[in-house]
Amino acid sequence: MNVKVFGLGKAFSFHPREICDLKQEGQLHPIVRTILQRLLLGLFTLFVVSVIIFSSIELLPGDFGEAVLGQAATEDTVAAFRRELGLDQPAYMRYANWIGGVVQGDFGTSFSGRSSSGVDRSRAVVDLIAPRLKNTLFLASMTALIAVPLALFLGVTAALYRNSIYDRIVNVFTLTTIATPEFFVAYILILLFASLNPWFPSLANINENMAFGEKLYKTALPSLTLTLVIVAHMMRMTRAAIINLLASPYIEMARLKGVSASKIILFHALPNAWAPIATVIAFNLAYLVVGVVIVEAVFIYPGVGQLLVDAVRTRDMPVVQAATLFFAATYIVLNLIADIIGIITNPRLLHPR
Amino acid sequence: MSEEKQTYSAAGEVSMVRLRRSRLQRMWIDLKKAPPTAIFGMLIVSIYGFVALFAPLIAPYGEAEIFAQSYASWSAEHWLGTDQIGRDFFSRLIYGARNTIGIALATTFLSFLIGGGFGLMAAITQNWIDQVLSMVVNVLMAIPGLIFALMLLAIFGSSTWGLIIIIAVLDSTRVFRLTRAVSLNVVVMDYVEAAKLRGEKLGWIMGREILPNILPPLVAEFGLRFSFVFLTIASLSFLGVGIQPPTADWGSMVKENASLIQFAKYDLKGAITPLIPAAAIALLTVSVNFVVDWFLHKTSGLKE
Repeated sequence: MNVKVFGLGKAFSFHPREICDLKQEGQLHPIVRTILQRLLLGLFTLFVVSVIIFSSIELLPGDFGEAVLGQAATEDTVAAFRRELGLDQPAYMRYANWIGGVVQGDFGTSFSGRSSSGVDRSRAVVDLIAPRLKNTLFLASMTALIAVPLALFLGVTAALYRNSIYDRIVNVFTLTTIATPEFFVAYILILLFASLNPWFPSLANINENMAFGEKLYKTALPSLTLTLVIVAHMMRMTRAAIINLLASPYIEMARLKGVSASKIILFHALPNAWAPIATVIAFNLAYLVVGVVIVEAVFIYPGVGQLLVDAVRTRDMPVVQAATLFFAATYIVLNLIADIIGIITNPRLLHPR
Repeated sequence: MSEEKQTYSAAGEVSMVRLRRSRLQRMWIDLKKAPPTAIFGMLIVSIYGFVALFAPLIAPYGEAEIFAQSYASWSAEHWLGTDQIGRDFFSRLIYGARNTIGIALATTFLSFLIGGGFGLMAAITQNWIDQVLSMVVNVLMAIPGLIFALMLLAIFGSSTWGLIIIIAVLDSTRVFRLTRAVSLNVVVMDYVEAAKLRGEKLGWIMGREILPNILPPLVAEFGLRFSFVFLTIASLSFLGVGIQPPTADWGSMVKENASLIQFAKYDLKGAITPLIPAAAIALLTVSVNFVVDWFLHKTSGLKE
């Protein structure tokens, strides 16, 4: 298949083999260079975010040693606690230690479970987070499996049959879903499908020992809530991206020269549509990560979001740090992947000037 | 369609001195042309505004007034029953409008003050200030807002002012981007250059030369940001880390009375009660979006 590029009124035709020859001596291919730049930017962002999250413990007002251990704590226990956190070392040393631990999966120990007498019943943050991480990822991937294909289908069909009744109905429905808070959607679903008609449980208290089917049954309502919210966003963005694309001059050109509709979609629109579609998917998966927090709170689902909210309430900083780092890193990496897919699939970047 | 007047003459209209209309008249003409969705939106927004402003006069009982029976069902005395510790739900709903909308408005204003101010500054100076600000904004936007807000609330605690400042700073990143982007088109105009050459200070150029020209997109963005901030604050309150009791607020009202939904089979009215504040949130966001859509359409000069 030849890739056609229109420029300066002349049509050039490249065979894919030529693309490999485009690499000039001693110079990186522009795609590789752009990807490397984007990767570096992503790494830099991750670094800065980790510094921000690390410094959250520095920003705690006053002496939180006493706040954590209670007023009856002796000076010795407070001093021991401060030493354990490394507060006697300079900040950059502590950051190095902390990030070193994080890379090896050690997030320190939780603030809860400590007492003024010096007895330490606190648990390692990893033990708190690891099982919940699995649950959150289970919920998120269940939702993504349903939501992504559904949203793409709805978005593309709405774009193709735009301004039809179908398009309008889908639009009104999604606009309402977007404007409503997640917990509203969740409670309406509970009211309809758990309370009035007891088909599904309203508490999604899953645990390790449950069979896959039972887990699926218990997470039905949470994932349905997330699906509704995500599909609305994703469908609208897909529709906008496709319509935007179909309005561009080269599609009109193809239509005018008599290319069939299916060929226009497959060979003219789709190569340029991968980037926006990948962006839409990644953006919404990232949004899913945030939406999970509220949905978990509604359904008392044992996930990282629920843990984060509890930790914020009790100001258990090590747990807050670990959970925030997880959410932020997922968000950043997903956006990074979307950008890289966008770069790789952009046909214009294949041909340097 | 009304019938054409018999006395109409095209020459007469052309020769007429240009009809001067006052600002109010022009606004009235625009309003009459507004689509039904926008009129619906404006109506709802003004009702909310009225309720929020005159909450103490409308509400039958006080915000934190406690009655003997908790979880009372709907009655003539308590229109929507009472909540988990026996406060009148209807009164709290009305006070909630005042608190939730007030806090969201204050946050949005602060966010526009920060984001808009820095955005204008970055666009005009276009030196290292611009570079540093843009980089900071890029990093801040790389962290999901709700998660970042949760972390900051864990550090600084959930006081009302803390909440306003945290959300405003996080939200100002988006205002910064928009302001910077739209004012970059204005900065290159000759009259801005003239103002610079005459030696006007930064504040003058920001406020008198550029701001009036970028106002329409900013006003539209204000509506969108408001609904977004409103949803964020409601979500945080729902999670129990936003507006703190005993202040009435729609997000926490949903959470506190959510257990009633379990008994929908026996008392459907009671089960709907916790959904009312949530529906109120949704209705306001939809209405604001309708108004913004119409405003954007009008100011951008797009015609179907």
